[in-house]
Amino acid sequence: MASTETLKRPASGFRISRKMLPYVLSLPALLVCIGILIPFFTAVVYSFQRYRLSQPWARQFNWGENYINFFTDPAFWNTLKVSLLYAGLTVTLELLLGLGIALLLQRRSTVNNFISIMLLLPLMIAPALAALMWKLMTNPSFGILSYLASLIGLHDFRWASSPDTALLTVVLVDIWVYTPFIMILLLAGLRSLPTQPFEAAALDGVPRSFVFFRITLPMLTPYILTATLFRLLDSIQQFDIIYAMTQGGPGNTLTVFQVEAYLNFFQSTNVGRSAALLIILWAITYTLSNVFIKNWLRLRERARGEA
Amino acid sequence: METMSPLERILRGLALTLVVVFFMFPIFWIFLMSFQTNETILAIPPSIVFSPTLSNYAALITGKLQTAAGTLDIAFMSNLGNSIFLSVASVAVSLVLGVPAAYAFARHKFKGSEDIAFTLLSFRFAPPLLVLLPLTQYFQWLGLSNTYVGLIWVYQLICLPLILWIVRGYFEDISADVEYAYRIAGHSWLATFRKIALPLAGPGIAAAGLLAFIFAWNNFVFALVLASADKQPVTVGALAFVTSSGIQYGQIAAAIVLSVTPTLALALYAQRYLVEGLSLGAVKG
Repeated sequence: MASTETLKRPASGFRISRKMLPYVLSLPALLVCIGILIPFFTAVVYSFQRYRLSQPWARQFNWGENYINFFTDPAFWNTLKVSLLYAGLTVTLELLLGLGIALLLQRRSTVNNFISIMLLLPLMIAPALAALMWKLMTNPSFGILSYLASLIGLHDFRWASSPDTALLTVVLVDIWVYTPFIMILLLAGLRSLPTQPFEAAALDGVPRSFVFFRITLPMLTPYILTATLFRLLDSIQQFDIIYAMTQGGPGNTLTVFQVEAYLNFFQSTNVGRSAALLIILWAITYTLSNVFIKNWLRLRERARGEA
Repeated sequence: METMSPLERILRGLALTLVVVFFMFPIFWIFLMSFQTNETILAIPPSIVFSPTLSNYAALITGKLQTAAGTLDIAFMSNLGNSIFLSVASVAVSLVLGVPAAYAFARHKFKGSEDIAFTLLSFRFAPPLLVLLPLTQYFQWLGLSNTYVGLIWVYQLICLPLILWIVRGYFEDISADVEYAYRIAGHSWLATFRKIALPLAGPGIAAAGLLAFIFAWNNFVFALVLASADKQPVTVGALAFVTSSGIQYGQIAAAIVLSVTPTLALALYAQRYLVEGLSLGAVKG
């Protein structure tokens, strides 16, 4: 980079000083950036206000009241519980399943490559549409999954429309959509591992469980961490699948952060509470994303180094 | 890789079969359903043997649905048109804004460059509603409510970070010496960017554009909050579709098939770049 800095500017009709050039180039992106930061700060202001769309005249600052109220608000604790449960369940199951599939497909062969490409398809379907697909398959009157459930003795299994199984159903859809994400990142990770340790272990006749836990897993850890954090960040704010499937219902079974904030804003028109919920969610994701970015940067550096 | 015992071979094959069935069956089943009438869909036990009909697709494409109660208008084709327009325009805007910025971030370490790049990246992980809900009010003041311009602007939230970070990686891969040599020969900065950097990063830019298109197409929440029926893309339109009266299940399935086909086709076409794109350039496929 030093070389370009010392370069004398060649004669040209374009006279932007060297120092200004990068700013000029990134200015448009910067403006979009600012355009998005403004609503963010507005949301912070809302969260400190008593503000209902139905009573605009009563709008006033109530300082931390929206937040303080959360402590005694069972609906908030339900939101926190369901969000954490959803994120925990989906990410854990997707990680285990994704790692398993990646290991099955690790060896490069025509069949394995074909399967790994096929498995990408659910990931490329809009989550909201994926939820609709599963809604059709779990319909009580004609859904194939309802039929299959009845075959194994689960008559009148209500899937997303029963409070007992609603969480399980949306988690299943999430697994269907996002396991391939973890799978392809880990598969790329597995295939990029150096071969020498494995060859050495094979020569020494080291048991395979030992190879897996002492060589594969530690070397794969940065990939696992990145994939997990990526998913955790998305999963804790899941909206599309849950909203398209049940609108947060039945009752308040699935009112995760963003669904609850959406319903607060548009149905109960309680802007203040809605904004406060989103700020709390943002604080969670911001903390997580800082951990994530550190990991991601390390992997990125490694990927660029290999290029 | 060591050799496998026959038992292990069988177990692996079985596991892979289960995996393929789980992930492929829903697509297969909805595809079949889209060629069925309510009569065969509602049959018990469900059967994969039926005489296929194109009536569901015909109803969607003509926008006219014959029911016992009369003719019903379906706006699905306009949803499809909105999806195409919004995604293409958003990606085009993202490329125009993002590629020069990506070049600046890759080539010049300037004051605040990393801060801007990371702020943009953090948008990828911020709760979208946090920005969308206040935006509903700003859009009313600005007259952007339910306009394509407003939507395309918001779509930059997903497209721009993707383009910026992936394309930045491709620019970083190009040796600065190549550009230096060209500039020594007396070419301007702009000519160097156009003749050297852009063509070399071309495949990467194309891949980033395709991915941004897929993400824009699959987005649901932006249009749900900011668009009325006439501007809605397929993701939101299909949901409204489910609750409208007189709709046949086969038509919902056909609408889903039409809505997912473009992204699936693009994904298969660009699968080589998916790993890199999905990890924002952190993992190479």
